Amino acid sequence: MSASRFTFNVSWSLSLFNVKRETIVFMGTATQKKGTRATLLIRGARLFDPARGLDRHGDVLIEKGRISSLAPAGKGSAAGQVIEAGGMLLLPGFVDLHTHLRTPGREDEEDIASGTAAAAAGGYASICAMANTDPVVDNAAVLSSLIEAAEAEAFVRVAFLGAISRRLEGIHLSDMWDMAAAGAVAFSDDGRPVSDGGLLRSAFQAAKLVGLPLCLHCEDSDLAGQGVMNEGEVSARLGLAGIPATAETAALARDLEIAAYEGGRVHIAHLSCARSLELLEAARRAGAEVTCEATPHHLLLTENDVAGDLDASFKMSPPLRTESDRRALVEALAAGAINCIATDHAPHAVQEKETPFEEAPFGVVGLETAFPVLYSGLAETGEAPLEKLVLAMSTSPARAIGLPEPKIAVGEEANLCLVDIKEEFEIDPESFRSKSRNTPFAGRRVKGRVVLTVSGGRVAHNVI
Amino acid sequence: MNRHLLSINDLSRADIDSVLATARKDFLELSQRDIKKVPTLRGRTIIDLFYEKSTRTSTSFELAGKRLSADVINVKSGYSAAGKGESLKDTVLTLNAYRPDIIVIRHPHVGAAAFISRFTRAHVISAGDGKGEHPTQCLLDIFSLTQAYGSLDGLKVAIVGDILHSRVARSNLLGFQKMGMEVTLIAPPALLPRGVEALGADVSHSLADLANVDVIYLLRLQKERHQGANFMPSLREYIDRYCVGRRHVRPGQRVLHPGPINRGVEIESGLADSEENMILEQVEAGLAVRMALLYRIIVDNAVPAATSELKDEKSQAANERFTFHV
Repeated sequence: MSASRFTFNVSWSLSLFNVKRETIVFMGTATQKKGTRATLLIRGARLFDPARGLDRHGDVLIEKGRISSLAPAGKGSAAGQVIEAGGMLLLPGFVDLHTHLRTPGREDEEDIASGTAAAAAGGYASICAMANTDPVVDNAAVLSSLIEAAEAEAFVRVAFLGAISRRLEGIHLSDMWDMAAAGAVAFSDDGRPVSDGGLLRSAFQAAKLVGLPLCLHCEDSDLAGQGVMNEGEVSARLGLAGIPATAETAALARDLEIAAYEGGRVHIAHLSCARSLELLEAARRAGAEVTCEATPHHLLLTENDVAGDLDASFKMSPPLRTESDRRALVEALAAGAINCIATDHAPHAVQEKETPFEEAPFGVVGLETAFPVLYSGLAETGEAPLEKLVLAMSTSPARAIGLPEPKIAVGEEANLCLVDIKEEFEIDPESFRSKSRNTPFAGRRVKGRVVLTVSGGRVAHNVI
Repeated sequence: MNRHLLSINDLSRADIDSVLATARKDFLELSQRDIKKVPTLRGRTIIDLFYEKSTRTSTSFELAGKRLSADVINVKSGYSAAGKGESLKDTVLTLNAYRPDIIVIRHPHVGAAAFISRFTRAHVISAGDGKGEHPTQCLLDIFSLTQAYGSLDGLKVAIVGDILHSRVARSNLLGFQKMGMEVTLIAPPALLPRGVEALGADVSHSLADLANVDVIYLLRLQKERHQGANFMPSLREYIDRYCVGRRHVRPGQRVLHPGPINRGVEIESGLADSEENMILEQVEAGLAVRMALLYRIIVDNAVPAATSELKDEKSQAANERFTFHV
């Protein structure tokens, strides 16, 4: 048994005996090796880490990839490179629970290098890659080769989810235990729902043995039918087939019931409507521990944004809903009921999106725009506090999936990002590090550019 | 008039009146002559790009262009490079290289006409985009009704049948209301789009409400779009409740249908052959109205190049990449 296999098995067997994953060295994910462990001083930043109650101006010294001291502003000593932050916001590095890296299979849309470069440019120190690739990540061999590739190619830490079902067909379970041993952080058939309730129950039972959560894409495919956007007044006007909110809520209600019955760990992906929040609230009242996420686009856009010129960059699953749904999501974020923001970064080739709306595939990119659009659209406008945004983008998702928590604290590995919240800029898809351009936020004037990202103690992005 | 006709909402009421007046004054009578041709659009090029089967609309557009002396090219998807995997964008860029004045497009997807307007300087006219809209059908229906009733203000119309799948219903709902008409939609619940009440129509599930209207507008049951779905318990039961016959029509009421008709499904054979229906008048009107539209869209937009700026940046970018004429 090789050394690296051994470390994977340690991680697996510890979780098997219910050891808290946070307490062990995290071996399952690919830790990027690009760049050297940084020694640098970030001087004069606003240090903002709400999970630690930290909000003050100061200097952060990073030595050999670890935070070695937090000093009052101007007091930090310069051992190596100095970054003058000039009051910019220093945040714990973001964690994305929902990235489609498109590798293997569609490297023309995204590969590990471009996807993680995009992540770094968006302030993400860690991302979780979904399993709906070609081939599907449904066995340890595929997973291990991805972990190995990410160690060589990634700019930020990449954690991988394994599929729930073989080839995402929803019939047989994937090799869940082997994948857990090889380092999978969770299981998901995302892109598709698990339609068979019996299979979902089996998946919860299998996941329990290895202590990993299921990340569920809740959708009743029959109710969604051939729909391409939210069903309602706008779809009636346009003549487009609708996806009713019921397609999400009916599946969510069932999935929550099965999770509760099995006592399984569950994370609900991309909530899109108000009624889902009521179901979640009821499940939590009954004692279920459920984490969940909303995407930047569902927090900021509505079905009315589709109507303009039917740009396929506004087509995603679940679809953009009504303004009252959007407001409910934002209120839930502000109240903490939605504890994670995830991008559902879904790159698509230009030619696939440059078609009439109905023909185009679902999905939008999000890694490089998430913080600026949310900061400008929610925090600056007062719709949701900055504190909640930061928690939902860094601390909470790390906890939800058991990744090491990014902390601005002495002794911690440096996972952080520096954000300029003063200068306004326009979102320009041509400037993306991602290989794809399918963003609904093109041309939007925003603040909150990420100028520096440190992941795993290494500088992953620096445009200061 | 706008550069393009993609939705009936691209036309103001004044635009509609202008097209109808042109059709009535200049073109309706032309079909009665021995020589049915005028030189109005000589030297102009019109491309009819059809990705769906069509008899009425395609022949009507082709004949309209030819009677105006334009050079008309018909491109049908079965015979074009689209069958070789060419994208809609590339097909349009290719056709655009011939510098057409007008591209008429029929496509199975909503928004296709608007989509191609980004890649050409030609005027784009939608001849039907999936379940989206069919603005020229709406124009000819308004024309037919005007011929029969005069002013349409306050006129009550019921649109009956498979509204969910009908681009005609969508354009007519908007267009009829623009002309001051009151619209009632009659269909079983599953054949009505969710949220359609917000577009200003009354909704009913019963043919009994035909008694309250002046005009009955029937729609074909689009069985080809019903595959695998259960929009009704059975076709027999649908026919029993929603097939309109002469007994439903009271004196003075006129019946319209955009065609093609399915006898015995949404319209009884007796009604299809009776004096009460205006189906063939609609077809005749279609020719005159489309001639008027082709003429007006060119004449009304014939302004100096400097002022005919494209609206969106994407078109401008396309304009810079290619040399267009106006």
